Amino acid sequence: MSGQGIAQILVYAAVLVALGYPLGLYMARVYGDGFLLGGDGSLPGGAFGWLRATERGFYRLVRTDAKKEQGWKSYGKTVLIFSLVFSGVLYGIQRLQGHLFLNPDHLKAVPPHLALNTTASFITNTNWQYYGGETTMSYLTQMAGLAVQNFVSAAVGMAVLAAVVRGVARRSAGTLGNFWVDLYRSLVYILLPLCLVVSALLIWQGVPETFHAHATATTLQGAQQSIARGPAASQISMKQLGTNGGGFYNSNSAVPFENPTGLSNFIEMLSLLLIPAGQVFMFGKMVLARRHAWMVFAAMFAVFVIGVAINLPSEQHGSAVLRASGVNITQGNGQSGGNMADKEVRFGQAASTNWTVATSDASNGSVNSGFDAQTPAGGAVPLVNLFLGEVIFGGVGSGLYGMFFYILIAVFIAGLMVGRTPEWLGKKIEAREIKLAALGALFVPTMVLTMTAVAIVTKSGLASVFNHGVHGFTETLYAYDSQSNNNGSAFAGYGLTSFSASFGTVALELGRWVPMMAALALGGSLAKKKIVPASAGTFRTDGPTFVVLLVAVIALTAGLMILPALTLGPIVEGLMH
Amino acid sequence: MRNLVSSVLAIVVVTAVFGFAYPALMTGFASVAFPHQAGGSLIKVNGKVVGSKLAAQAFTSTKYFHERPSATSPAYNAAGTTFANLGPTSPVLAKNVHAAAQAILKLEGPYNPGLTIHQIPVDAVTTSGSGIDPDISPAYAALQSRRVAAVRHLPLATVQKLISQNTDGRSWGFFGEPGVNVLELNIALDKLGGK
Repeated sequence: MSGQGIAQILVYAAVLVALGYPLGLYMARVYGDGFLLGGDGSLPGGAFGWLRATERGFYRLVRTDAKKEQGWKSYGKTVLIFSLVFSGVLYGIQRLQGHLFLNPDHLKAVPPHLALNTTASFITNTNWQYYGGETTMSYLTQMAGLAVQNFVSAAVGMAVLAAVVRGVARRSAGTLGNFWVDLYRSLVYILLPLCLVVSALLIWQGVPETFHAHATATTLQGAQQSIARGPAASQISMKQLGTNGGGFYNSNSAVPFENPTGLSNFIEMLSLLLIPAGQVFMFGKMVLARRHAWMVFAAMFAVFVIGVAINLPSEQHGSAVLRASGVNITQGNGQSGGNMADKEVRFGQAASTNWTVATSDASNGSVNSGFDAQTPAGGAVPLVNLFLGEVIFGGVGSGLYGMFFYILIAVFIAGLMVGRTPEWLGKKIEAREIKLAALGALFVPTMVLTMTAVAIVTKSGLASVFNHGVHGFTETLYAYDSQSNNNGSAFAGYGLTSFSASFGTVALELGRWVPMMAALALGGSLAKKKIVPASAGTFRTDGPTFVVLLVAVIALTAGLMILPALTLGPIVEGLMH
Repeated sequence: MRNLVSSVLAIVVVTAVFGFAYPALMTGFASVAFPHQAGGSLIKVNGKVVGSKLAAQAFTSTKYFHERPSATSPAYNAAGTTFANLGPTSPVLAKNVHAAAQAILKLEGPYNPGLTIHQIPVDAVTTSGSGIDPDISPAYAALQSRRVAAVRHLPLATVQKLISQNTDGRSWGFFGEPGVNVLELNIALDKLGGK
């Protein structure tokens, strides 16, 4: 750990806040009434006429009245139907890619169980990959299938968050917004402009963007080398911004073509937390509780710092095997040192740690180093971060609405302690809300543990394990942890079988839709409530006490649930050597 | 039913815009603004493509600097990247690291009297994340410099100068870590002549 490495991480945090804050305020305007369509908060006319016309055209096409809002059930139904239809399309493209155009490397149809898992994976904003992109998916599948889902699944999460936040903000209301409006605005006014900028920066740094097939080189020693390229930059910018994470190449952002320089690495890391961080400030603006939003941000940031503080020293200290081997793992004298297994020289330890923690806090799942090779303590950081439900910044949209579950549990516990009905932002929290919050917070962790248990005691489950012994258990746990929480990163040794693909598909789907519907129901329930004026007995959610309580609640619920599994995996592995 | 029709129509539009128009726009932009990077940062020598700045390739000859180990199949497969995925306590990892270290001792030992395993930098014996990491640490380049200088009958200082010329520092002097681009370094050596 050098001062220089820590400085890189501090600059990262500072730039994240500096860009996330204004983005959050902008997003609050985008989801506000009548953005660009006239009414409060709209931008000046004239110059934006064509944007307005395009937006109206989209609403006419999907036959929606932009002014007509939906209740939570109707909103949720539209989300589900839209996603189901899109799943069919995505599955079809993969199965038919061999007969379709834009397939210069003549890749064959994706096998059914893999195509199903991949479909679920991309529709749910997970991007778990049981395949290597450059060897499995045609350019058409990458562009028109997977890359489109990078946009759409992200926009769906953002739309749902906007609806839930409206529910928190409104009083005595029956509706949360119009899905098509929220979807369109997420796509066109937030994701697309950011993508154009980030893509351009990545191409400048060296990420390929071409429709030409693989290049062939004759190496200096006279061998033939095939070099995979393609329309990569446009997809990579989006997989980072939309917390998708699915790489164009198998080794994801460890591949130099996907992430060529220290600067591209910084840009990609920033992109992966930018929108989730901005959404915290967006929430503060929309519910008129900026101080509260800062406290939520502080709680998230605290967990981020804890992750860095465990992962960086562990990786710099090196793995048991490398320490025992006798090679030089000391930092300095022209090397980054530490556990360099499955890591890239241009990133070294600090930039690899920063990425590991950021991608597992967000539900991104892209990686710039191999997690399977990380030290027991280092690899436990992403494992736990995932298990917390991707609420530390989290996925675009899904992270913050996931955090709402924990916030409600926190105010509920605070209410019990002082003997008053719990309140959140002026609304009484009653049995229905707590039930929904408990469902949202506990369903996925329970599912992860159950599925891991099944996969570890069955022959078909064990067939996927790559590293034997204790580490194989951790691989299995990580696989279901990652898919259920819609992260997508992997202890990548865990292999594809028809069992692991199908079982994973269940984890992906349930992990996405159950918490999302619970969040929408919660939003619907809160929207109906009146505001009760705060009194001296109200637990304050805009001070440091709340930050401590929130972090403690996260640690005591999901954190305690994973402790026994941690003991069986990384903790034993760490003690054995 | 209404939702179903709306969904189908929305999917058509969204796929056209984000699946085709957006990458086409970026590809057009890339081919005009950054054609070299867009095509994969290919390097040509005498008009022939010899590789990419962003991909390691196999070097076995003693006159060349060697890359880090690779887990791809075959090694340095720039069309099939992969991690090694060996856990931190894996016996296979221990075996691979030991074998790699012994090979380096045998190769570099004669040119570096008194070389022990403790002087071998860790990146020299570990696979990279991509399997095509184009860089080695400056420490590993320094270890190989005496051999390359001796085999090519070049002064050590000349080789060291080429190493520093082909070292990519941190971006903006701040982000990431310095690395020596092996392909570019070897091309520079070949240009210099020598054996």
